[in-house]
Amino acid sequence: MGNALADKVLAGHVPSAARVIRRLEDGDAEGRDALTALYPHSGKAQIIGVTGPPGAGKSTLVDRLITAFRKRDKRVGVIAIDPTSPFSGGAILGDRVRMQSHAADSGVFIRSMATRGQLGGLARAADDATVVLDAMGFDLILIETVGVGQDEVDVIKLAHTTVVVCLPGTGDEVQAIKAGVMEAADLFVLNKADLPGADEAESHLATLLHLEMNDREWERRLVRTVAEKGEGVAELCDAVVAHDVYLRTSDAFTSRSAARARHSLFERLRELALERAIDGIERSEELQHVLGAVTRRETDPYVGAARLWQALKN
Amino acid sequence: MSSSSPSNRPRTIRVLLAKLGLDAHTIGVTVIAKSLRDAGMEVVYSGLKQTPEMVVATAIQEDVDVVGISSLSAAHMNHLPRVIELLKAEGVGDKLIIAGGVIPKEDGETLKAQGVAEVFTMGTETATIVRYIEDWWATR
Repeated sequence: MGNALADKVLAGHVPSAARVIRRLEDGDAEGRDALTALYPHSGKAQIIGVTGPPGAGKSTLVDRLITAFRKRDKRVGVIAIDPTSPFSGGAILGDRVRMQSHAADSGVFIRSMATRGQLGGLARAADDATVVLDAMGFDLILIETVGVGQDEVDVIKLAHTTVVVCLPGTGDEVQAIKAGVMEAADLFVLNKADLPGADEAESHLATLLHLEMNDREWERRLVRTVAEKGEGVAELCDAVVAHDVYLRTSDAFTSRSAARARHSLFERLRELALERAIDGIERSEELQHVLGAVTRRETDPYVGAARLWQALKN
Repeated sequence: MSSSSPSNRPRTIRVLLAKLGLDAHTIGVTVIAKSLRDAGMEVVYSGLKQTPEMVVATAIQEDVDVVGISSLSAAHMNHLPRVIELLKAEGVGDKLIIAGGVIPKEDGETLKAQGVAEVFTMGTETATIVRYIEDWWATR
């Protein structure tokens, strides 16, 4: 079945791709119809997650990576995520400030995206946006997460390659070990490596990598960079390419893509199930009874939820 | 949580704020960005020293509804009409174009004749700008 908007995206029409992403972000049926037509054309790009704490230099690093990959004739898509204000629902999306030099390059597509209430460092529509850019023929898609703490690592569920950006002087070994972020990485970047404490941070990270390395097929790498000056970016670029080669010459690309597909499917299923269930329950008379009983503390929320679920099934 | 009737869901207004030309004053644009955010809009800020080509490419990739150009130098008379011309050429001339900053009255009239919807000069309350965008959004 044809879809006019999707056809334009496949022909490389940038305004149409941007419109599809917007519609998907807004949860609009027009966007979903286009996605249906685009999905079979996706699945080729290397999706690279770039994550790390606020101020680690993620945007600058992404900017330099775009330059490096453009020199290698790769077309690069970027999804740069910033947080939505929980108070107003608005957002200031400022990642582009550091990526300005690519604004007029037709081989680069940058989309800023607000989290819109999604936790875990991503936006709900980031997944959909990768499908659009992938189908459009971008070779690499960089997803820059919001500045994350220790366990906001949802990007690994979307990415083939996860790059964790660290800074010198931001924590000792224990701090690093307890962080889920550390386990998520395929590549570590120690950015701002010209700051004091860089050598200590590097040896800490190297020790950690060594401790964990045994059961992994991919030997995780640590790259020192000073993104602001472009130092180490070529090495990082090489490491990203090496990871892609590893993925595609083993069965890892296939297995990660399968895990990605499963994740996407279950996310959508969860939304659909929740939506349908809540819809049904909100219309049922039982809700008022149960809500009253829970409010009066005659029924606890677990039992109340089970009663509503039972009522929904009947 | 997503809704089962997405077409009824209110869309979030997306705004691009950009500075054209060589001026390096950022306080005004920052204040406006915060006001728009507080009004629930998503504000893409693309930074200083933008060319019309960069502004237009950004507006397209970000699929914004509103393009706000801040100008505290005299560059607006050259650059703003070029932005409008390029947006039309790319088939996305339906965006709301507003300008703000130090723009003399007669320049403002000229710009409006060329397709800038409104010019907000220095001293405009941010609430006025927010209301202007919301009113436009409600009637489109």
